[in-house]
Amino acid sequence: MPMATSADMTATEPKTAKLVVEGKLVIEGLGKRYGATTALEPSSLSVAEGEFLTLLGPSGSGKTTLLQLICGLVEASEGRVVIDGRDQSATPVHQRDIGLVFQHYALFPHLTVAENIAFPLKMRGRPGSEVASRVSATLEMVHLGHLAGRFPRELSGGQQQRVALARCFVYQPSIILMDEPLGALDKKLREHMQIEIKRLHRESGATIVYVTHDQEEALAMSDRICLMNHARIEQLGTPREIYERPRTAFAADFIGISNIFRGRWDGNGAIDTAHGRFALPSGARCQSKDATLVIRPENLRLGARDDNAVNGRVSEVVYAGSETRVIAALDDGSPLVLRLGPDDLVPAIDERIVAGWSRDKAVLVA
Amino acid sequence: MSAVPLSSAPARARKLRFGALWLAVPGLLFLAVFFVYPVAQLLGLSIVDPESGAFSAGAYQRIAATDVYLRVLGITFRIAGWTAVWSLLIGYPLAYWIARLPDLFRGRMLLFVMVPFWTSYLVKTFAWMIVLGRSGIINSLATGSGIVDRPLPLLHNQFGVMVGMVHAMVPLAVMTMLPVMTGIDRRLVQAAQTLGAAPARAFWLVYFKLSLPGVAAAGLLVFISSLGFFIVPAFLGGRQETMLAQLIITQVQELLNWSFAGALSAMMLAAALISCVIYDRLFGLSTIAGGSAQVGTGRIRNLGLAVLGVVATAAARLGALAQALLGKRICAMLLPGFCWLVIAFLVLPTLLVIPLAFTSSQFLEFPPPGYGLSWFEAYFSSPLWIQATIRSFAVAFVTAIAATAIGGFTALALANSRTRWGGLIFAFFLAPMIVPRIVIAVGLFYLFARLGLIATDLGLVIGHTVLAIPFTLVTIAAVLKTYDQRLDQAAATLGANRLRTLTGVTIPLVKGGLIAAFLFAFITSFDELTIAIFVSGGIKTTLPKQMWDDMILQLNPTLAAVSVVVFVVATVMLLLAERFRSS
Repeated sequence: MPMATSADMTATEPKTAKLVVEGKLVIEGLGKRYGATTALEPSSLSVAEGEFLTLLGPSGSGKTTLLQLICGLVEASEGRVVIDGRDQSATPVHQRDIGLVFQHYALFPHLTVAENIAFPLKMRGRPGSEVASRVSATLEMVHLGHLAGRFPRELSGGQQQRVALARCFVYQPSIILMDEPLGALDKKLREHMQIEIKRLHRESGATIVYVTHDQEEALAMSDRICLMNHARIEQLGTPREIYERPRTAFAADFIGISNIFRGRWDGNGAIDTAHGRFALPSGARCQSKDATLVIRPENLRLGARDDNAVNGRVSEVVYAGSETRVIAALDDGSPLVLRLGPDDLVPAIDERIVAGWSRDKAVLVA
Repeated sequence: MSAVPLSSAPARARKLRFGALWLAVPGLLFLAVFFVYPVAQLLGLSIVDPESGAFSAGAYQRIAATDVYLRVLGITFRIAGWTAVWSLLIGYPLAYWIARLPDLFRGRMLLFVMVPFWTSYLVKTFAWMIVLGRSGIINSLATGSGIVDRPLPLLHNQFGVMVGMVHAMVPLAVMTMLPVMTGIDRRLVQAAQTLGAAPARAFWLVYFKLSLPGVAAAGLLVFISSLGFFIVPAFLGGRQETMLAQLIITQVQELLNWSFAGALSAMMLAAALISCVIYDRLFGLSTIAGGSAQVGTGRIRNLGLAVLGVVATAAARLGALAQALLGKRICAMLLPGFCWLVIAFLVLPTLLVIPLAFTSSQFLEFPPPGYGLSWFEAYFSSPLWIQATIRSFAVAFVTAIAATAIGGFTALALANSRTRWGGLIFAFFLAPMIVPRIVIAVGLFYLFARLGLIATDLGLVIGHTVLAIPFTLVTIAAVLKTYDQRLDQAAATLGANRLRTLTGVTIPLVKGGLIAAFLFAFITSFDELTIAIFVSGGIKTTLPKQMWDDMILQLNPTLAAVSVVVFVVATVMLLLAERFRSS
């Protein structure tokens, strides 16, 4: 499914070079500057047909800018957007054949649910009979057939969200963009709508670019995640790749919980940190003298039977049903998080513990 | 999956950068030709010798030569200044009271301010002539009941002018202060009270301080509007209350002395602009448009705070004393009581005209000896009045369409472009409200005389459109401010081009504001006298111009009937506009 990708930030290739680009959506050296501030560094990215790609990052990381550049609401400073093999960089918004689901839905308050959904079809001059049948079919798809004549203000938040989705799916745009579409919903409804969107994605085979700052949502829904930070692409990969092999300390810290040790490479197979010397994963090579090691909480085990170990004192025990999280303070006060399974013995608060990991469970990041 | 060669990056011109701002161009051009140019030309005439056409300061020398003109200038300043002071003193409690009312009730009470605001100055002045005249309502009641044995001199003196001016200007003062007051967080006053300030003290130290930008803006607008007044002093004042605008009218209409009229206009314009500059220095002009006031620093601020502290302490003592003397319940009724009195002052005089329109008498006596429709018959059977009425309706209708279109496109331009010139463009479009109407009218008269537009309906429409544009722009801009721009974006992503977005989404959603703007422009034109005095000529008059001519000649009951018609038309339009605006 995922295509070969390039997440490099170089836009230095000669502009006249004959290159061949592939993918449903291809972004090449796309960047945006407002005066002296950079909203998006020149970035490149390719999305395959039928893929669900999530742009994930903290606020101000450039993910919404990238989305707006793709759909043409914001004009790029450089680079280009190619959709279905055609350069759309100069195409105005209404001719790009993309669908955008807005954060706060942006349903037309003066139109009924059915009229809202019919709007894009009418703009495309489809015949009345086709409009009627497609609107009712799409309403059924989002289970809102009984609300066709209502106005948006008469609907609940979840129902409005479904109308917004229906208005987008009804005209089968090449690409559907979603800008934090579930941000306004409560947690329960959000989880329900996540499944709903996944179902719509599967049934329609649409190509979706989804923006969120919620890493759990990103992990749960995406084929691939494009992690963004400081107006550029930090890492691009499947959820599993990003979770298990984060490339940077930021990636490790932003997605899931991580224990991060910074130290100096001894030039061989270990690094020296404030908490002792730790063996690097076999075969790992350091880029420079400074090295950072990431260990996920579930890869830490109590007791000193592994190749690496640290000492600490338990400061908090959080019971979360399927797992128990233990937070310990290391000797210098910095925290360490362990995740224990249901069968593990849970230490008491203030108990001194030794936590260890097998060297290959850790990840060396930049 | 297809492949495309990477071509050279598209040369993206800066065309979109300016994009929406193009929509403001028709309005800018219109105002440049029919507002800036005539006013500038009039000012230019003031430094040109009328005979030789050479540069000459003669007009200004003539002003300085005798003290007549300087005295008129002094009178104008004095009357405008006192009008501003009294309008604020009377308007502040009313605005405060209305701002405190619950939302639903506030809208209704506001009508008691809006109706007098939009009532024609001529009708209001006519009403005061009937109320204050020698055989007017007050004097007939006072002599009839034996309180006084001789009629009181209420008209053709400073008292008459001040009553008329303050009555005309209180609504403007209230409507300018109100947005600032409704924007003040009432919990701040409550917080001050929980921190130990007595209610009166908390009011002065917190609420009054925060409402000051509104007070200053109201004072400025009232002062500037009063500078150019001529209807009220012409009918309610005597020789001692002659104001600058009356001199300008005489110079143009009777003496055709353009350079001298230009010099007088320049003085009036300078006075208005200097007031604006002083205001800008103290508060920042953006507060008029609802921006936040700049916080002053240094000695002036400390001095102001010290004065406020003294006032607050005194007010707290006075409040405690009043409460001890009068009791809590009477004290709580003081403010509403005062406000109802002000409302009566604003509304009653106009309403008193209504019974007079139905009098059976040949004279404007009160109470009417009997009732009948003879004066309405006189009005409707007079070709002169009916032609004037039809012309007024037609001119108002076309003006409203033109001003709504120009104001609408400009508002759209400003809402859709994030240019830093936005504030400046907005201020420019509001300028016809700041520059005294008489100056605009005389400038247009000179321009139209050469274009052959005098005594034409087109000339009237152009002049009225200049005056109506600020109202339509403010109304539509306010609606677009609350309009969710993402709906336009949504329409664009769904495939609608600019035009279809505008007609299918934006216009249906701001329809109420557009209709309100149309109606406000309609009233502005329908009531307009200043431009009509110069531009409509001969038998081709408008309703206000015909009223003005009749009022100068002889007061008669037909005027009462006409006043009722004008009042009803304007009020119905206003009520409709308010309904559409809130929907």
